[in-house]
Amino acid sequence: MGSDIAPGDVEQKDIAPADELVVVPLRHWGRWVVGAVILAVLGALGWALADAKIDYAAVPGFFTHDIMLRGLVNTVVLALVAQAGAIVLGMVIALLRRSANPVARWFAAGYVWLFRGLPVLLQILLWFNLALVFENISVFGLFEEKTNVLVTAFVAALLGLGLNESAYMAEIVRAGLNSVDHGQVEAAKAIGMTPATTLRRVVLPQAMRVIIPPTGNNFINMLKGTSMASVIGFLELIHAANNIASRNLQIMETLLAAAAWYMVVVSVASVGQHFLERYYGKGVAR
Amino acid sequence: MSLVRAVGVRKSFGHTEVLRGVDLSVDAGQVVCLLGPSGAGKSTFLRCVNHLETIDAGRIWVDGQAVGFTTRGGKLFELREREAARQRRGIGMVFQRFNLFPHRTAVENVAEGPVHVLRTPRRVALEEARALLDRVGLADKAGSYPHQLSGGQQQRVAIARALAMRPKLMLFDEPTSALDPELVGEVLDVMVDLARDGMTMIVVTHEVGFARQVADSVVFMVDGAVVEAGPPDQVLDNPRQQRTQQFLAKVL
Repeated sequence: MGSDIAPGDVEQKDIAPADELVVVPLRHWGRWVVGAVILAVLGALGWALADAKIDYAAVPGFFTHDIMLRGLVNTVVLALVAQAGAIVLGMVIALLRRSANPVARWFAAGYVWLFRGLPVLLQILLWFNLALVFENISVFGLFEEKTNVLVTAFVAALLGLGLNESAYMAEIVRAGLNSVDHGQVEAAKAIGMTPATTLRRVVLPQAMRVIIPPTGNNFINMLKGTSMASVIGFLELIHAANNIASRNLQIMETLLAAAAWYMVVVSVASVGQHFLERYYGKGVAR
Repeated sequence: MSLVRAVGVRKSFGHTEVLRGVDLSVDAGQVVCLLGPSGAGKSTFLRCVNHLETIDAGRIWVDGQAVGFTTRGGKLFELREREAARQRRGIGMVFQRFNLFPHRTAVENVAEGPVHVLRTPRRVALEEARALLDRVGLADKAGSYPHQLSGGQQQRVAIARALAMRPKLMLFDEPTSALDPELVGEVLDVMVDLARDGMTMIVVTHEVGFARQVADSVVFMVDGAVVEAGPPDQVLDNPRQQRTQQFLAKVL
């Protein structure tokens, strides 16, 4: 016993066999204090909200109100179409940005600079008021229509939100494409793949892993950003809430119902993102 | 009749001249090993043969076709990238870092070219891919993703992927340099088999033993030019050039 401990290293008489010693676990007092403070603050908040002058019983009725549901559908449709368009446009701009053609690269950089530089609300307002400067819209004489008829509140919101988002998508896609190892492109070339097939079969599927998380993030922003279309009278969730409240003056209650819908829609989007990430994570060691 | 013939190939990256007039020819069925110190331009030359790099001067012919060009009316027209892709189909290439497609399984990697380049029906291509994996000793790894395989296994899948295109020429760019020493043998074994089956191969390698065993011709390059070329017993055992002697003294 203890023969391999050099004399003088420790006081031999202080050492008892391990099973005779009482173990005192480390007490994390700080954690208890912080936890208690958080719970106290939350409790106070809850108590305040319960005591507030809010007619909670009215909220479920507004939640399923006809106008609210129409606002919900419009919000979701606007966000989906704007995001889908932005993804396609963003991909095109990202490819132009990587093009060998300097004019294309220059155009893509300018596009991103412009649409990322302007506030979305301003963009929506510009599109909505297009009729003030262009009375008619015509395409090489093949097609002509009054701007007022063509650019409805939905179209103006779609253009404003979609084009703004496409600039961000272009940067996200560019980052994704850049993240793929150049050896992958060479391997694809070496088996005789054309550039288009290489992009579709080799580069994009791997770039998706980098593209999806920020895109999901942006889509959540897009869902909420549709609320700006309320300014031009588009019937999305906020406009629906205001519409209902204008009749009964229960402003907080209708807004809370709209808030609940936003939470639902955003939660669904988050779950979707999770599954997409899992799908494109194939073949990656964790 | 040479399958590969290179004449006066020159290539610069910026102001650095990497290839200074390389001449080389490879007959069908021959195995040629390119040896030389790093920076000699061996890999760059290999990449020029399948047009992964464009050359500044000189010409490379593979199977009678000028690489990167098409001949019409006595003129050479530069190929579009899409047409160059068609030309590369007949030339297999194996990379130092394997470059398998990480999002596809071993068998999908091998079948990728046949399905998406040659338009072979998927079922047929997968069947052939399994046979090729069997040939490189990986029949049981068909469903594995690259990250689940060792370096040696990945490189053997990469060889199978190149063979799936039924190439008439195989290029190997330091195929064992990124491998742990104990995994080198399994990859070289596959390459030896391939050589015995009559495949035309150009191999950039530091494996002098492999060159001695398999090569019909060893080409020794230094500073972007061929210094000495000939059968292995001549170049490896009785080198005439001082640069060759110095290099071999270091690696042997």
